[in-house]
Amino acid sequence: MAEQALPGWKKLLEESGDQVIFLKGFFRNTLRKGFEWSGFVHQCYETGYKSFTLVSITAFIMGLVLALQLRPTLVSFGAESMLPRTLAISIIREIGPVITALICAGRIASGIGAELGSMKVTEQIDAMDVSGANPMQYLVVTRILATTCMVPLLTLLGDVIGLIGGFLAINISTKVSLALYFNKCVDSINFSDLLPAFIKTIFFGFVIGFIGCYKGYNSNKGTESVGLSANSAVVAASLWIFVIDAIVVQISNIIIYH
Amino acid sequence: MLLLYRSATSLSTIDMEEKRTIEEAKQSSSKKREVVIHIKGLKKSFGQKEVLKDINLDVHKGENVVVLGRSGTGKSVTIECIVGMLLPDEGEVTVFGDEVAAMNERQLKELRTRIGFLFQSGALYDSMTVRENLEFPLTRVLKMNDQAEIDRRIEEVLDGVDLIDAIDKMPSELSGGMRKRLGLARTLIVKPEIMLYDEPTTGLDPITSREISHLILKMQKKYKTTSIIITHDMECAEVTADRVVVMNDGEYVAEGSFDDIKKSKDEFVRSFF
Repeated sequence: MAEQALPGWKKLLEESGDQVIFLKGFFRNTLRKGFEWSGFVHQCYETGYKSFTLVSITAFIMGLVLALQLRPTLVSFGAESMLPRTLAISIIREIGPVITALICAGRIASGIGAELGSMKVTEQIDAMDVSGANPMQYLVVTRILATTCMVPLLTLLGDVIGLIGGFLAINISTKVSLALYFNKCVDSINFSDLLPAFIKTIFFGFVIGFIGCYKGYNSNKGTESVGLSANSAVVAASLWIFVIDAIVVQISNIIIYH
Repeated sequence: MLLLYRSATSLSTIDMEEKRTIEEAKQSSSKKREVVIHIKGLKKSFGQKEVLKDINLDVHKGENVVVLGRSGTGKSVTIECIVGMLLPDEGEVTVFGDEVAAMNERQLKELRTRIGFLFQSGALYDSMTVRENLEFPLTRVLKMNDQAEIDRRIEEVLDGVDLIDAIDKMPSELSGGMRKRLGLARTLIVKPEIMLYDEPTTGLDPITSREISHLILKMQKKYKTTSIIITHDMECAEVTADRVVVMNDGEYVAEGSFDDIKKSKDEFVRSFF
């Protein structure tokens, strides 16, 4: 059994090593002269602006459904007034960042994986490399930095839209003004809720860009590998999002509540 | 006396001229013989498969060397070793007197700015227009900032490959021949000293293939490049080659001018004609 498992472990270790080398290449090229500002802005548009609609719709429905599900339970405990507070804390601390990151992993990581994968297959990356240009700086650095900046912003927007969805759900059965609802939400949130949530979205953004770029940049030659790169980018990025979430929550609990 | 003096003077003038001519011929011959690419005992394997067994080749300045051989015999691997995309298992590849395998990242990048590599597929950046494809090496490799100079060079090179009307088109809107020409233009725009062509006429109809072959020759004369051309296309080889080497099973089996190779009695070499 151990002998059978060995090639799999060897492959995993090899890939981990490759990822460390790729990460090193990313940092070295980020600090190198000649940052691609136009490429970065373009990628911010591609990853941020173009994901806005999808994130908004998902966040809205998420807030709406969450409020509809929570309400009967809270009513049975006579704690209906706690609904805005419960919604705000659950959306801002956990559901907002994780759902937004998973949506972005599905849309952005797969897009980057497929795009770079097809560039690899059609020798465009080799052509850049062999001409003396720096494909890491032009293709990888811009994409990773763009997702690192855009995912936190999308999460903030998603949180607000999610809370609006919750407000509409509450308004179906009870008449509450928007001002009162948002006052209750804001009152229930403090800095220790916002900071860890915001920090983890930066890591989520980074890992989405990094995994997408790594998978695409290192895809094998052949059309099948383009699909494989896109697919494995989504799977790996989603998995990493949960791992990072668990680590950040644990660390923030230790720091803030102990 | 005067006659003698005159004849002596004219003789010495002839001697001087003769000497100068010989010197110039020697100089031009030594210039001609300057080796820019030197490959010695090159070996490369992928897993168990030994692709290059023992490659030895000298390419002189201004020379067009055509490499003929069946698919999968390691022709492309050889030129990938020249630009440092692959490292040899054994042997040495020297370009402009420096060993490629011993170069650091910066030196390799500098070398690559002096070498143009035309991929079989053209490897055009499909998210960019024709103009942007040509701008990319100027701004990213040569670090040019002067937009007027960039535009001038783009127009010059597009004019050379007769693609000036397609300047704002996307690569997907171009035909196979146009894509090859654009690939050639993008490679030549940085004015490389060495050109490596990986099957430049593959997948094209005979008329377009002929056009591309003549274009390669025209561009070689215009930019005075040294070239290695990998091809199966005998017409391309005939048009472009100063020298032909035939590769079989990871080794060079024949070498000479196109006519010499054509007259070869070797069965494998003859199979190309």
